Amino acid sequence: MSAVIDHGHTDHHHGPAKGLMRWVLTTNHKDIGTMYLWFSFCMFLLGGSMAMVIRAELFQPGLQIVQPEFFNQMTTMHGLIMVFGAVMPAFVGLANWMIPLMIGAPDMALPRMNNFSFWLLPAAFGLLISTLFMEGGGPNFGWTFYAPLSTTYGPESTTFFIFAIHLMGISSIMGAINVVATILNLRAPGMTLMKMPLFVWTWLITAFLLIAVMPVLAGCVTMMLMDIHFGTSFFNAAGGGDPVLFQHVFWFFGHPEVYIMILPAFGAVSSIIPAFARKPLFGYTSMVYATGAIAFLSFIVWAHHMFTVGIPLTGELFFMYATMLIAVPTGVKVFNWASTMWQGSMTFEAPMLFSVAFVILFTIGGFSGLMLAIAPADFQYHDTYFVVAHFHYVLVPGAIFGIFASAYYWLPKWTGHMYDETLAKLHFWMSFIGMNLAFFPMHFVGLAGMPRRIPDYNMMFANFNMVSSIGAFMFGATQLLFLFIVIKCIRGGKPAPAKPWDGAEGLEWTVPSPAPYHTFSTPPEVK
Amino acid sequence: MNETIGTRRLVIRLLAVVVVMFCFGVFVLPPFYDAMCRVFGINGKTAGAYQGEQMVDEQRQVRVQFLATNAAGMVWEFGPQADEMVVHPGEVGDMLFVAYNPSDQPMMAQAVPSVSPSRAAAFFHKTECFCFTQQVLQPGERIEMPVRFIVDRDLPQDVKHLTLGYTLFDITASKPPVAQAP
Repeated sequence: MSAVIDHGHTDHHHGPAKGLMRWVLTTNHKDIGTMYLWFSFCMFLLGGSMAMVIRAELFQPGLQIVQPEFFNQMTTMHGLIMVFGAVMPAFVGLANWMIPLMIGAPDMALPRMNNFSFWLLPAAFGLLISTLFMEGGGPNFGWTFYAPLSTTYGPESTTFFIFAIHLMGISSIMGAINVVATILNLRAPGMTLMKMPLFVWTWLITAFLLIAVMPVLAGCVTMMLMDIHFGTSFFNAAGGGDPVLFQHVFWFFGHPEVYIMILPAFGAVSSIIPAFARKPLFGYTSMVYATGAIAFLSFIVWAHHMFTVGIPLTGELFFMYATMLIAVPTGVKVFNWASTMWQGSMTFEAPMLFSVAFVILFTIGGFSGLMLAIAPADFQYHDTYFVVAHFHYVLVPGAIFGIFASAYYWLPKWTGHMYDETLAKLHFWMSFIGMNLAFFPMHFVGLAGMPRRIPDYNMMFANFNMVSSIGAFMFGATQLLFLFIVIKCIRGGKPAPAKPWDGAEGLEWTVPSPAPYHTFSTPPEVK
Repeated sequence: MNETIGTRRLVIRLLAVVVVMFCFGVFVLPPFYDAMCRVFGINGKTAGAYQGEQMVDEQRQVRVQFLATNAAGMVWEFGPQADEMVVHPGEVGDMLFVAYNPSDQPMMAQAVPSVSPSRAAAFFHKTECFCFTQQVLQPGERIEMPVRFIVDRDLPQDVKHLTLGYTLFDITASKPPVAQAP
């Protein structure tokens, strides 16, 4: 290991470079992690403001604020930005910051590629967002961009959208390769696979999912590009192709994608709950196997998104049962979290509040998922607000609450200061109430038949929609409070000790707070 | 230095997985999907050449209904000469479709067939069809296009009624490659 730096002599390696170029050229995992997290937060606010436009339009029936054409662009861009711009980069940011600290590595295995994969993202999203200002508008076909809506009938800007997806895909694949290489090759001596924190485990499995399915998405948009510009007919019935093929290819990517967005949150929560219950995680080994089982099952359930396209009965039955099977490993996890809390000496600081809410609300989202998995019932639920309620219940209190919990849990390590606990609790309760107000009524209007992605609705849905909008405004505004809390924590606050949570476990708490620019230049010994 | 060599090998392997999965998405999934559709008659894709006995089953009658639809933007007048006909399984049926180009441009069209109910699609064999090729019509030109088909003797007993639908697409602008024979 020639890379081990002797602290006495190489002074210029100690701190970061100065000025803007520090951030452009950095190969430091902490800098890159920070940039990922800030980028993700910007995208979260941008995608969130689009959600505010949607909810403002849906505040009352009838067309009030925006035209349907623009409304469609808002729903599409909200989905794309939240999935690819907010949730995924946030987890990559957490991975960059925490995985080397958790496994005792000095940095990520491929630091330059790490820099490149981050800087592709602003390019990708600049391209994607610029389509909103183009003639004919941005993508308006839903984040799932089904053909032929996106190929034959899409706006001119669809080509830019395709290239943006390509760039995001390349970025995600490089990030995933980096994570796998780091975890498999840079673990400290004694850190065996089954001693790794669960966040590292879930990220390892997530990275393999990314490597397996992001190329399929790239293939999917490449086929769209060929159909639009080069006269092929993959998805064009006129030329012997089939639009339903698009849905198969898309959801072959799309279903593992939803686990890409939730597995790292599982991992983070599995670190946080034991810390605040002051008990070791219940059933560590079963957690690892459950994660693997979920990842495997995610590849054989994709057609449950398309029960209504006319797949044969045997296909419907297979995908229905395979989907329901996912409830088994997920149930193992939920029971393990509950058992970890059982008879623990629990305290409810902000990370724990978000984690407990995660367990409860994610489970609600899981149950509505089971309802949707029932093929005959899905014919009623398909494309209604019930689906919207379902995936927002797994993504907002699932992925997003997981990210908030992680942020509060590790903020003292990142900044060296304790965050303001009172404000953080306020942030939690406002988010919790706002989110439930926004999404719970959607179950009811969905079951009553309100279709998604439509800017107007029947009078009978008016009250529930108004409640939803009020909840959404509350949730949205509260995130500015989160921004304030984070900035306040960066600028000052009670100095954080190396281990601010007395029940916390893991190598990241052995380095001082804030974590020095270079950590574990000599690998720690893990017993 | 073992570590860096290990990392390089690992990265090459992971990149290989990426390439394989891309090819899987573009070159494996579409043909596989096509094959599944053909085998199970999904999406009304009809079966290949007739392999069964060349004997007419006089005991059964099957109503075959014909549908003609223009895809969005298609201006041709397009339809079958009769709305339906009755055939015996194993018997060769013939039907003429008529197309007329009322526009002042030469146009090219592709018809895409579909049979429903879809579980019967695998028992419907076309031996001649205008959907095997593309049609070019000059302004004001009218053509008669034949379809010749055989309903399989193994058609499930409870299926007494089949619908053969054609959707006619205007492909003047795109001129895609020749569609595969269904």
